Formats: sequence, structure tokens, C-alpha cells
Amino acid sequence: MSAPAEVLAVRGLTKRFPGVLALDDVTFTVRPGEVHALVGENGAGKSTLIKVLTGVYQPDQGELRYRGEPAVFGTPLRAQQAGISTIYQEVNLVPLMSVARNLYLGREPRTRLGLIDFGRMHREAERVLGDYGVRVDVRQPLRHLGVGAQQMVALARAVSVNARVVIMDEPTSSLEPREVETLFGVIRRLREQDIAVVYVSHRMEELYAVCDTVTVLRDGRHVHTGPLAETDRLTLVSLMLGRPLGEVGRQTTATPAGDHDGEPVLHAEGLTRPHQLRDVSLRIHPGEVLGLGGLLGSGRSETAKAIAGALPVTGGSVTVAGISVRTGSTPAAIRAGISLLPEDRKAEGIVPGLSVRENIALAALPRLSRFGLVHEARVDAVVETFMKRLRIKASSPHQKVGELSGGNQQKVLLARWLAMHPKVLLLDDPTRGIDVGAKAEVQKLIDELAEQGLGVLLISSDVEELISGSDRVVVLKDGAVVAELSGDDVTEDRLMRAIAAPTTAPDDTSPTIPTSPTSAEEAAVHGH
Amino acid sequence: MATDVVPRRGVPADRAQLVQWMQEYGVYLGVTVLLLFNVAFTDHFLSTENFRTQAVQVAPVLIVALGMALVIGTEGVDLSVGSVMALSTSLLSLYLGYGPLAALLVALVGGAAVGLANGALVAFVGVQPIVATLALMVGVRGLALVLLPQLEDVHDPTMATLGSGDLVGIPYVVLIAVALALLVAFAVRRTTFGRQLLAVGDSRPAAQLAGLPVRRVLIVVYVCSGVLAAVAGFLATARLSASDPTSLGNLMELSAITAVVVGGTSLSGGRVRIGGTVAGAALIQLLNATLIKHNLSPSWTQIAQAAVIVVAVYAARERGRR
Amino acid sequence: MTVLKVRPPAVTPAARTEAGTNRGERLSALAQQHGALVALVLLAAVASLSFDSFATGDNIENMALSSAFLAIVALGMTFVIITGGIDLSVGSVFVLGGVLAAWGSRHGTLVALLLPLAGCGLIGLVNGVLIARTRMAPFIVTLASMLAARGVMLNITDEGATTYLVDKNSLFIRLGQDELLGIGIPVWITVVLFVAGAVVLRRTRFGQHVYAVGGNEDAAALMGAPVARTKIIVYTLSGLLAGLAGALNAAWLASGVTILGFGMELDAIAAVVIGGTLLTGGLGFISGSLVGVLLLKVIQNIINQVGSLDSAYQQVVSGGFLVLVVIAQTWLGRRQQVI
Repeated sequence: MSAPAEVLAVRGLTKRFPGVLALDDVTFTVRPGEVHALVGENGAGKSTLIKVLTGVYQPDQGELRYRGEPAVFGTPLRAQQAGISTIYQEVNLVPLMSVARNLYLGREPRTRLGLIDFGRMHREAERVLGDYGVRVDVRQPLRHLGVGAQQMVALARAVSVNARVVIMDEPTSSLEPREVETLFGVIRRLREQDIAVVYVSHRMEELYAVCDTVTVLRDGRHVHTGPLAETDRLTLVSLMLGRPLGEVGRQTTATPAGDHDGEPVLHAEGLTRPHQLRDVSLRIHPGEVLGLGGLLGSGRSETAKAIAGALPVTGGSVTVAGISVRTGSTPAAIRAGISLLPEDRKAEGIVPGLSVRENIALAALPRLSRFGLVHEARVDAVVETFMKRLRIKASSPHQKVGELSGGNQQKVLLARWLAMHPKVLLLDDPTRGIDVGAKAEVQKLIDELAEQGLGVLLISSDVEELISGSDRVVVLKDGAVVAELSGDDVTEDRLMRAIAAPTTAPDDTSPTIPTSPTSAEEAAVHGH
Repeated sequence: MATDVVPRRGVPADRAQLVQWMQEYGVYLGVTVLLLFNVAFTDHFLSTENFRTQAVQVAPVLIVALGMALVIGTEGVDLSVGSVMALSTSLLSLYLGYGPLAALLVALVGGAAVGLANGALVAFVGVQPIVATLALMVGVRGLALVLLPQLEDVHDPTMATLGSGDLVGIPYVVLIAVALALLVAFAVRRTTFGRQLLAVGDSRPAAQLAGLPVRRVLIVVYVCSGVLAAVAGFLATARLSASDPTSLGNLMELSAITAVVVGGTSLSGGRVRIGGTVAGAALIQLLNATLIKHNLSPSWTQIAQAAVIVVAVYAARERGRR
Repeated sequence: MTVLKVRPPAVTPAARTEAGTNRGERLSALAQQHGALVALVLLAAVASLSFDSFATGDNIENMALSSAFLAIVALGMTFVIITGGIDLSVGSVFVLGGVLAAWGSRHGTLVALLLPLAGCGLIGLVNGVLIARTRMAPFIVTLASMLAARGVMLNITDEGATTYLVDKNSLFIRLGQDELLGIGIPVWITVVLFVAGAVVLRRTRFGQHVYAVGGNEDAAALMGAPVARTKIIVYTLSGLLAGLAGALNAAWLASGVTILGFGMELDAIAAVVIGGTLLTGGLGFISGSLVGVLLLKVIQNIINQVGSLDSAYQQVVSGGFLVLVVIAQTWLGRRQQVI
């Protein structure tokens, strides 16, 4: 092989952001003709690593080598010109322009007069795309194509501008099974052409179907690199989640095994949304913490958002304490007593420019007002109560929320919802990006709230937190419920086995029984 | 994601603080400097008559700017305000026969209707604010001219009093502008609507997830802007004792945006500074007056105003990016 | 339990490939592209039947000539809007161009042509640099330069008191008033500029960049399109064309009129958008803008023919048109986003 042993390599890579160490001494190498899986949970540092590789970010420490030479890419364009292309989930082309123009933008074939030779361009575009299994009228706008075909156009463009490394960031997240097959065919052909592929995905089946090597990141650190064939699913899941296998039981007594047999406070039934949710059902009883397990991209956040009315669904229903709630409407869900702490705290939770006080009172304002005028004394009372109760640390109630630490921001959001006297709390990764002390405090708060009779849905990338904090755990995979753990089955081991169990064809809409022998008999199958 | 935090530029803390201070209080400093300059170098500046004139001239701009401040607070902009002033004056002139109060009511309803159309386009159809209000700007100016094709004198004792009378030396026009400024400031600070407006402007997704009536807030904001512009049109008509839909309110959108932006509000929403807006309007007025009093022609004031806008938007932009 | 309000089933990506040939989508694309043309033909037909004085040579000649100046401004605006921007300064720049041309005509035809081009091109360049390099919103930058251009114009004309006349015997005046094959020179110039504009937009790499910047700026940058340079060029072009239109208008009127032309930016925007260019950028047609201008002028002509109607009706009509087109475009755009 004439190509160097590594086409792209980073060593000792460190990247800091204010308050966060996003990458800590990470090493990652890609060889020509290799399909390299890059996996990890929330906050593992995958997207930061990709952004460093493609010139979006500059590393603080560490060396980037490309084709054997030290390399510095100031911008994504530089990286691309050097031969590192990225295919994003959201296709990065111009949807209103024709397929052929997208394929040839900036390098159109020209006539002797310097004008674009459309005849040649269209003929060549058809030929090139034909190689990728895309047979369409190349004169039509790109947006008329399906997502899969659009991705193929992006891929064809990348390869035809001499890409040596193609980075695919969750390329199959909105593809049909048939299109996934085509993509895999193309990836295999790239491999034959000695082009390296970095493949980011959370779908086990796909990783094992197409990847040669796997690198696992966790909390910004490099955890594992090795041939995928030698890493079984369970090991991979435990590496991603950072929990050793075989660890027994839960170490907590925080969740009393109270009986939760009565009327559920929340009953979601058959929530469905194309490409994201398939017939997801769950019940939460008063005083119960229901964990929602699964890897990133399994539909956890989408389930929470669908219940809270923030994500429209094509099917399914939500009932709170026996009363049905209109889906797809946030105000309706809030009126019914559902409160959601969103995953993206900064973008969707806090209003950064407003004070702690205004943020806490925001949702409850109508109740704290008379004739449209804010009743300041009542607001002060509510704010004082919750700042004390949740131990919110701010210089004063008038400090801007944007200036607080992550843990305190999260507490402000909790206070906002508790002021609404909710019946159900949906917590989407409530302790993410929060320091250890604040984390324990938030966890303790969740337990207290459940004890007071709230129904809590807990999503967490931290398996330990999920297992120790939940009474029951519903496991999601590819947008469907695959298992439900309760009683003594609520262990990290069981959870990881349920996640690692292979699923049948991804278009199968029925919940699947984990086939690994241990979990098959023990995991309660969720169905009706 | 925590990893998506954009690294802050390496600006030294003291300089960053200075920039922030200037954004926050620069407008007051500017007004003070201009005042001092005029006291020192302009003849007859410190006369009651002069201050009266300046205040009367700035009043309509200020009233329009109040509505604009609300709109900009929601990360929008309202380009139709000048046309609404023209519509207001046309309607006034047409309905003055039924008495000034009835005419005023019709004018206000007209302004509210335009605001409602703007708001509906923005909140329900999802048109960008600048595009929606631009379309209305064209149509409404035409409508004003259709209703009243040419300048018409307004002979009405009540309106004449309103336009040129005063209370203990302070012109009614100015009193009304001050009252409206206080009212809007009160609405922003003390009402549920005010809080919701700021939340919608600061972070629309967060406001939506917190169950706020985002669409209603947007519509009310544009209606307020329309009504305030109609009031400004009414007062301007009273002061000129004439309805001139061809020229009334021309470039008013620009003056109003300037007052708001010079007052330290960035175009990216989430803040409404009424005090700053008042000072911003005063600053522009003083700047124009200073140039005129020192025998620079109106053309220079236009060029100067253009420069002030660009500088102010450029300065406020930094905050918007944060 | 509530029955869900079921949204229309999301089209699967596979099905969407075929949806490209879907009749509804084809129709809306056709309406987008040719709606204005159909309206123009119908309106012209109705007008010729209703008014004897409409389809006369004189009237058509007149309409063509008065359309020419707006059309040239709209040509530049088309480029700007396709990049997703807007240029509100063109009305003032048009007036400034006329005044500069009339003022310069005393020093010969060359000065009369080059001075407005240089001055107005400079304003466009400043617009472009401010928008591309500091990322300030185009509407605020061009609103400010509208004011500045007006200030400069007033400055040259002693606050609008002086109207510079063009020498009746100069070569420059013939550019505005002469005819070739019975058609006015400004009309010929317009036709040439539109053909050139169409070729540039459709058949050059620069044209592709214009579309790409407006269609998806981030993607365009990633694909190697020079985003900042493209923006600077289109705003400069818009300034140049507005200045040229002003100069030709001055030659036609034999004077640098200081009051006509303000507010022209609104007519130009209306013509471009009615002609099928997306106000949010990324899609547009040079020919559509020409049709849009003609449509506006025919409406104006009809309003004049009726006589009892005020010319302000034209603004109401174009404002109403704008609102409808913008609503339609937003709905079209939303359908694109639902994947």
C-alpha cells in the first residue's frame, strides 16, 4: 500500500471552553480505507472532536496530522479543500438550487466563452450520481429529492472534490431502510477506493454492519479503540456508559419500593412520530420516578417533548390523572399539570437576559397577576420560598440567570415549574453539565419531590444516576420501547443488556423482545 | 451542548467593561456633551423658547419610537410606522366633521388595524417582520393618499389648542409624549405583558416551552406600535394644522429605529429601554439642532444622522452577539 | 382519551423523490415563475379592449420608456434580493445619480456618465462592505445610506433649490431622448442590460454564487463560495445600476430633478417580488423582474386611463400584491421545510 499508515491523526488533543473541558488528551487515528465508528454519550466530546478535525475549532493542545504532515485547518473550507469532508445530518447543500448545480458549485464545466456548459454539466451529473444509485432529473431543485438522495449528492460532491476522509455525522437518522442499504453500499465502495470514513451513529446494528474499527469517547476522554469485530455489543455499551459489567444491584435506598398500583398520574399511549417515535407508551404513578433509558438518539428526549406538547405527534394520546390532554400544545400540557425541564437548558430553558426572579415567575405569571398587573409581593413570596427551598445561590433575586452556574440555572428552572404545582415533572438530563456537588443536590431534590407525590420522568445520560434514582426504567431503542425494568431488575447490568440486545429490522413497528438469554427472560416486555 | 459554547474573544476585561458601559450609558453621555457644547458655543440656546421648540419637534418621533422599542424588544422591526402616520392624518381629515374625538378614534382604529395585519403576518403566517411591515408600508401609504389625495388644511379649535397650546408653559404635545413614555415604561416593568414580551424577545424557544402566549404577545406588540404611530400622526396634524399624507411620516421608521438603537437597545431583542429611547430621540434632535444652529444645512444633518445610525447599530451589535 | 388531531402524514423521503413530479408542486412552481406574466397578459388584454387609448403606439412607447428606469433599478435589486438581502437606498441613489449626471454634463458626456456611476457605485460598495464584513442587517445599513445619499444630493443642489439642466445640444441628452428604429435609447439600454444580467446570473459562476449565498449562506461558504465578495459585488452593482438609471432619467428629462424618485425602492422591491423572486433569497428570475415592472406600469397606466382614480391606487394595489405574494411565498417555503 502506497498510502501512509494513517491518513488523519490527532494526538494529545485538548480543547477547553469556559467552564468545560470538552476534550482531554484525546488520541484518534484513521487509516485509509477504514470505516471508523466514533461513539459516545451526551457530552462525550464527539462533536467537538469532529469540529477540531474539520477546522471549525482550533485545538488548545495536541497535534493534528493529515497524510503524514502536521496540519492546521483555519476554517472548514480549508479542511475540505485539503480533502476532509463532512456529511451532516442536515444536508449542507443549497436546497433551492438544482441537483447538478449543487454537485458542481464552484467548479462548473465551462464553454470557451467562460459560460457554464449546462449540457455537459447535466450529463456528467447524471453519470456521477448514477454511480451512487441516484437516478433523478438533475435539473430539478435539490429539495425535491428525498433526504437519502440529498445525502448521496453531498457524498458525491465530497468524493468528487477529492475527499480522502469523509466524516458522516448520524447519516441514517432520517433514512428509510432501503436508503440505509444504498448508503452502506456506497461506504463499502469508498473503502475500496482507500477513502477513510469516520462514522458517527448510535445505532448498534449499523455500526456492526459497516464499521471496521471503533473509538469510544466518554466525558471528553478517549476510552477505547479497537477492531469492532472483537468488541461485543455489551462491552461497547458498557464502555460508552462508563459502567463496568456485572456490577450488582443498586446502591441506593433513596427510592422506597412503595406500591404504585393505583391510578397512574400520567399515561402516555402509542406516541408516534415519523423517524423518531414508534408507538411509545408509558405510565407514571404518583410518587414514582420512572427512568427513561436508552442511548442518545433512542427517542428519550423526543418522548419527553411529545408528552409536554412541544413536539407534534402523528399518533398517540396523553392522559394526566384520568383527564386527556390535547397533544401538540405546550399551554394545554402545562394546564394539565405537565412540566418539562428541557435537555438544552441554555437554548430552551432559561431566558438568559432576565433575572432569577423573572425566570422563576415566568410560567406562573398569570396566577401572580391581577388585571394584567404583576402582583410584586406575591412574586417575591414565591421567589423567596423556592430560592430557599431549592437552595438557589445567586447574589440576589435580581441577578441575571445567564450569569449563574449550570446547577443553579437548573434549580431556577425547577423552581419555575414547581411554582406551577405540577402533577408530572419530565426531567431531561437534569444534571448534565453540572458540577458534582450541585448534581447530588439536584438528585436529592428529585427524590424529595417524588416523595411529595409528584410523578417524575427521569432521563439521564448517567446510568448510575438513572438506576439509583428510578423506581422503574423503560428502555427505548430506535424510538420504540424495548424493555421495562422494575423491582430487582433495575440494575445497570440489565439496562445495558437491554440496550445492547440486537433489534429486528428497523422498520418493524412492534416492540422487540431482547434476545440475549438473560435479559429475555427477565426484562418485562412492554406490550399489551 | 456544553461543547458548543463559542469561545469569547480575547478582549481585556477593562475594555469590555468600557464598551458595555458605553452601550448602557453612552447615550446619556452624548446628550450631556451636546448640551454642554451648546451652552458654551450656541447663542440663545438656554432659552425656554428654544427648549419648547426642540421638545415639540421631538415629541412625535418619541411616540413612534416607544412602539418601535416594544417591537424591537421582540426581535422584530416595524417599517410601516411612517405610513400609519399618513393614514392617521388622512382619516382625521376625513372624519373631523364628526368632531375631533370621533376623528381621533377612527385614526387610532386605523393604526390598530395596520398593526393587527403586521402582527398576524408575523405571528401566524411566519413572515419575517421586515418583509411583512415593508409590504404594509407600501400599501398603507397608498391607502392614505387614496383617502386624501392632497394636502388639506385642518381648521378645528380643539386640535389647534392641542397642537400649540400649553399647560404651565409645557406644550400639550410634549405632555402627551411624556405621559405615553411613562405608560409604556410602566407596561414594560409592571405588567405580565411586559415580562412576557421580554421573554419572547430574549429566547423564543424558552418562552414557548414555558407555555407563554407567544403569538398573542407578538400581535399586541405590533398593534401597540400601530396605535402609537397613529397618535403621533394625530399630534403632528394638530401641530401643523394641516393633513399632508404625501410627506407626513416620511423616514419616520428610520428616526424611530435610530432613537431606539442609539438608546442602547440591540436589534436582537430581549430588552426594552424606555429611558434610553427617550434619550436617544433627544440626542438625534439635539444633534440636528446643533448642526442647524451652527449654519450647517439640513443636508449635513441627514448625513450626520446616517453616520450616527451606523455607529450605533455597530456598537449595539456586540451585545447582540453575546 | 383524546383522539389526536392528526397532521398530514409526513411524506417519506422515498416518496418525496417522486413527489418532485407531483402536480401540485409543479403548479405552484409554475405560478411562482409565470404568475406575473399571466397577470400582465390578461391585464393588457382587458385594458386594450376597455380603453381605446391603451394599445396605441404612443401609449406603449410611453409605458416602455417610463418602465425603463424602474426596470434598471429592479435589475440590481433582483441580484440583491436573491442573495437574501435588500437595498432600500436605491430610490435616493437614483435621484443622486440624476443630479450628478446633470451637474457633470457641463463637463462633457463622459463626465455626465462616469460621475453618477462612480458616486453611486461607491455608495453601493460601502453598503456591501458594511453588510458583508460587519454582518449588520442589510435593511438598516441601506436605510442609513438612503439618508446619506439624500443628504449628499441636497448638498450639491443647495438644499434642493438648484436644478441643474442638461444642455439641449449635448451628446448626453441624446442618450435619453434619441430613438433607434423608433424605440427610445433608454429602452434599448434596458434590454441589453437585462440580457447581460440574465446571462451573468444563469451562466456564470458568479451567478451560481449569488443563488448559493441566498439559498443557504453557511452551506455556500462550506462549498467554497466567496460569500463576502459576492455580497459586496451585488450591492455595488445595485448602486451602479440605480445611478445609471438616474443618469438616463436626467438625460430624458434634460435636468437633474431633485424630487422625483424617492420611494422608488419600494416599487423596485414590489416588481422583483411580484416577478417571482423569493424575498428570503435563493430563488429568482431576471425576466420575472422585468415582467413585474411592466405589470406595475400597466396598472398605473390603467389607473390613469380611468381618470377618476388617483394614482395612489397603484401603491395600494402593489402593497396588496406584495402582501399576497409574501404570504404565498412563506407558505411555499414552509412546505419545503417539512421533511
